[in-house]
Amino acid sequence: MSDNQKVDKTRRNLVVATSVVGGAASVGAAAPFFASMLPSERAKAAGAPIEVDISAIAPGELKVYEWRGKPVWVIRRTDAMLEAIRKSDPKLSDPKSEVLQQPAYAQNEFRSIKPHVMVVVGVCTHLGCSPQEKRIDDKAEMGADWLGGFYCPCHGSKFDFAGRVYKGSPAPTNLVVPPYKYLSDNTLVVGEDKKGA
Amino acid sequence: MASRLLALWDWFDSRMPSVAEEWRKHAAEYYAPKNFNFWYFFGALSLLVLVIQIVSGIFLTMNYKPDAALAFGSVEYIMRDVPGGWIIRYIHSTGASAFFIVVYLHMLRGLLYGSYKEPRELVWIFGVLIYLTLMGEAFFGYLLPWGQMSYWGAQVIVNLFGTIPFVGPDLALWIRGDYVVSDATLNRFFALHVIALPLVLLGLVVAHVLALHDVGSNNPDGVEIKKRKDAHGRPVDGIPFHPYYTVKDTVGAVVFLAIFCAVLFFAPEMGGYFLENNNFIPANPLLTPEHIAPVWYFTPYYSILRAVPPLFNSQFPGVLAMGVAVLAFFFLPWLDRAPVKSIRYRGPYWKGALAVFVVVFLVLGYLGVKPTTVWGQFADPLDILDTKDRATWVARVCSILYFAFFVLMPWYTARDKVKPVPDRVTM
Repeated sequence: MSDNQKVDKTRRNLVVATSVVGGAASVGAAAPFFASMLPSERAKAAGAPIEVDISAIAPGELKVYEWRGKPVWVIRRTDAMLEAIRKSDPKLSDPKSEVLQQPAYAQNEFRSIKPHVMVVVGVCTHLGCSPQEKRIDDKAEMGADWLGGFYCPCHGSKFDFAGRVYKGSPAPTNLVVPPYKYLSDNTLVVGEDKKGA
Repeated sequence: MASRLLALWDWFDSRMPSVAEEWRKHAAEYYAPKNFNFWYFFGALSLLVLVIQIVSGIFLTMNYKPDAALAFGSVEYIMRDVPGGWIIRYIHSTGASAFFIVVYLHMLRGLLYGSYKEPRELVWIFGVLIYLTLMGEAFFGYLLPWGQMSYWGAQVIVNLFGTIPFVGPDLALWIRGDYVVSDATLNRFFALHVIALPLVLLGLVVAHVLALHDVGSNNPDGVEIKKRKDAHGRPVDGIPFHPYYTVKDTVGAVVFLAIFCAVLFFAPEMGGYFLENNNFIPANPLLTPEHIAPVWYFTPYYSILRAVPPLFNSQFPGVLAMGVAVLAFFFLPWLDRAPVKSIRYRGPYWKGALAVFVVVFLVLGYLGVKPTTVWGQFADPLDILDTKDRATWVARVCSILYFAFFVLMPWYTARDKVKPVPDRVTM
């Protein structure tokens, strides 16, 4: 480049300025396309809270409800199940539920407002599969030291009846307890609590 | 008649000479080494499968409905009511697996003969980009039948992005367009599968072939044929791609299509490996199938994902390991420090390392389709790193060997004992 003097600087600056403005315009034009892939207003509206009547759930039974397209389990735990939860502590990654996977009112021994009623999102914290219930007497399948709980068929994560994860599972944290509140003894609202969250 | 046709051709050629020019450049006067062997079928076969997938895919979209309420039914409609629909669908699903079979063999050819080495780094990089795009294409396509495996497979893969620190959850939400995999997800995956990624794929294939034709093909001896040219400037060890290799590849295509048709007619589901049994059940967001596994071509990476235990309350390390396992291929041209290309003139280190890598890849692939309990458990005293599953431990050892193949490559290839490479190709 020996004829450096011959470069028309005004023209070059105009080319640079045009390119910069054009580049900015391209980024601006990409914004609506990016935004169009975010959840639509309709998808957001579908995330409303649900009301659940728990009077029909027998002791030891698990019922599945749909909230935000995810399975929410409501389990009426028996005394034997609560006893098994107490015995599970040494096998768990986070027995005291220190990782915030639950509202403050469920950060207790049984991860629930009332010990006998468990509300939990039935979605594995590993990669989002839905674990299956394995009862206390499923020892033939789950091993002699099985205390009852849940088993994720995708990658083998294990949880106790409070949704707390076993050590050595691929899932890193306990199952999520959704916000919920009691309207009466037999009616729950899932997706909303007293703070109105 | 013949002179009329010739006159027509002259008329065309004088107005658009670049058609004849490109034909000469890329076929009639593209000189390829004369010693290509069996392994050199798979590039042409990949192109053939790409055409099969595009044609069968176009006809599938004529009856398929990308709607969560209708998708599963429309696929069954294609299978039962559309004339010839069943075979078009099976061509497309078998083609997906066939694509990965020929691409994996094509990549292994590259490893055997050092086809990624200088000056073919760009050819290799475009090739790895094609492989990545193909994985995306296969993943998006697998959601479309909206079966149980489609649904839960997509759920797991999208959540892989959700584990990325800080931006993960928002990124996963953006990919899905909803809080769970839903109609919005199906619709956009359809758009990506039928138009966005095929366009990218075609562009990359063109770049792959152009980059190859600029530097010239490698061969089983790893000898550069351009170094010895005759009086006309043609490589002495080269023969024109057309007619020599077009004819050879036609033979390969016939054999390939015979096998392809045998699968199509006698085992289109391949015992649940090409089309998984659970995918004949409509997607149910509230119920995960008993055993969930990706389609066979993803399973080596899936095994690596499962083998890594969670660290710091996050499963991201496993996801990272899986991503790095795929991306490692990009760096191959710079990791391999051997002065020779072909395995014919390499020493025992490389031969051993490559053999171990192939075995490890196959073992990981096998373990990925099975539950972690497939080989039982160790006895209690052997409860190491929180798992007693033998298969998990085998997968961990294999994952380490997988990465060792790449990480140690500069070391063992530089120290390997190589043999002298001949001046000209051998037959």
